Amino acid sequence: MVPSVVNIGCGAGFSGDRVDAAIPVAETLAKREGPKYLIFETLAERTLALAQKHRRKDPTHGYSPFLEDYIRPILKKCYETGIKIVSNFGAANPKGAAMKISEIADQLGCKNIKIAIVEGDDLLQVMSSRDIQNHPTIEGLEIGDNEVIAANVYLGARPIAEALSRGADVVVVGRCTDPALVLGPLVKEFGWSEDDWINLATGTMAGHLLECGGQVTGAYFADPGYKDVPDLANVGFPIAEVANDGSLIITKADNTGGLVSAQTVKEQLLYEIHDPENYFTADVILDISKVRVLEVGPDRVKVSGARGKQRPGTLKATVSIDGGWMGEAEMSYAGPNALKRAQLAIDVLKSRCRDIKTNNPIRFDIVGTMSVHSGDNEDTTNTHKYPDDGDYRIRIATCGHDKEIVERVNQEMLSLYCSGPAAGGGFRQHLTDQVQTASILVDRNKIVPKVHFLTDYA
Amino acid sequence: MTQEHMKKVRLHDIAHARAGDKGNRSNISLIPYSAATYEILLEQVTEKRVLELFSNKGASKVVRYELPNLPALNFVIDDVLEGGVNSALNLDQHGKTLSFLLLTLSVEVPVTMTIKNTV
Repeated sequence: MVPSVVNIGCGAGFSGDRVDAAIPVAETLAKREGPKYLIFETLAERTLALAQKHRRKDPTHGYSPFLEDYIRPILKKCYETGIKIVSNFGAANPKGAAMKISEIADQLGCKNIKIAIVEGDDLLQVMSSRDIQNHPTIEGLEIGDNEVIAANVYLGARPIAEALSRGADVVVVGRCTDPALVLGPLVKEFGWSEDDWINLATGTMAGHLLECGGQVTGAYFADPGYKDVPDLANVGFPIAEVANDGSLIITKADNTGGLVSAQTVKEQLLYEIHDPENYFTADVILDISKVRVLEVGPDRVKVSGARGKQRPGTLKATVSIDGGWMGEAEMSYAGPNALKRAQLAIDVLKSRCRDIKTNNPIRFDIVGTMSVHSGDNEDTTNTHKYPDDGDYRIRIATCGHDKEIVERVNQEMLSLYCSGPAAGGGFRQHLTDQVQTASILVDRNKIVPKVHFLTDYA
Repeated sequence: MTQEHMKKVRLHDIAHARAGDKGNRSNISLIPYSAATYEILLEQVTEKRVLELFSNKGASKVVRYELPNLPALNFVIDDVLEGGVNSALNLDQHGKTLSFLLLTLSVEVPVTMTIKNTV
């Protein structure tokens, strides 16, 4: 029987999101009638490459490092109250993630839990490294001879729906489009066909609104005096109610902070959208250009008017290659004449860096003057007036493939302790392993997603 | 309306915004607090002005999309992220803070309009 309403909550909007946010969502869903789902979105573009690196070091790893933190507090509640869990925390190792969840389920006494794994996103299984390297990229970046660390296709909602139809309590995906985590359950519950563009569009829009967790419920929104948000420290994560006529309400977990308003929904609706008429996903091209939002109750916003067009013949894949090293180092100057001392420190650094004779780009900042809003090496002290006395922090940043050069630049900041202007303090430095990514389009017929159950491997 | 019936305010006083990134491209939504202000945004927050505002960061092109039913504008700004999340040396590699740079633009509104601060 087709349900009248499906409830889908979101427990995480990125890898590193609050690990306790899902608890009130699960508690709220547990009280709801009808089918209910909890999704976790934990896989940013580059996260998969980092996961792949972990897997190489240890084949049992390579899934979301926070998996256990997210799953353990809610798994038993979800299993006992019929809340199905759908997530991409499989990253580079969905099977490894499924095994970990199974282990946790055993410890919690969730007997006979069915854990499904969606595979088929790994492009290296169907294309050679060489073919990927030679493939044109959307950004125009030449991959060339750079080693391909990871290449994964964004799968759509269909395999998730299949896993759920076959009885999965938990579905673990590697790479899929973020909205597919929500659209998959809706396709399963409502039986939407592959060319039901309008409903697929609504489901995709629901997924887009949920995929960043608190970003639709007042988080990443608050601007005191302009956009006030109650109890931001306990912001409630979102729940979408989707009816079988395609209507959509965004609300949030009970007894939490935050808010759902027309404003919060509008901000998230346009987040990371380019042309509003053409948001490409694996399942449909979503058109939000005519969408309307309407507050229909406290923390309840109705979102309508999504339109859909035939899905593209290609699927997008993210290719990750080695990006060399990034070095960053900082030092503070404060009190009388601090700005002048900070400027002198930067002059010293520039002179020292010239002697290193590298072509690597180097950026200098004085934090406290314009920094994040200024361009690379734009000196705003000529165009803006900043007080000479103050609390300023200088920063140097560089990147390149030669680790020693990058370290040497950091070292120049450190040496200011004994060889720079008066009273520099609070040195910190970072050296980060970088990943470069590029997008390619792959013929969708080449990609065959597969659904397995953990019990298949027993 | 004549000049003396208008006053200068910052966009921040009449609209809110959020930035997102994809590669070296940023999109920034611009949403009026009041639907009645949408026309002012349409008239005054042009692609040209936004390109100029972000030129110091290397912006090469701005496309403005209109969403009259929300209402809201969506600005897509090319090459503004100094390489983007993979390679930018800027502390804010995603350009997440750029929404509030957009909100520094000044616009003229009727003096009768109630807003929190004026320039």
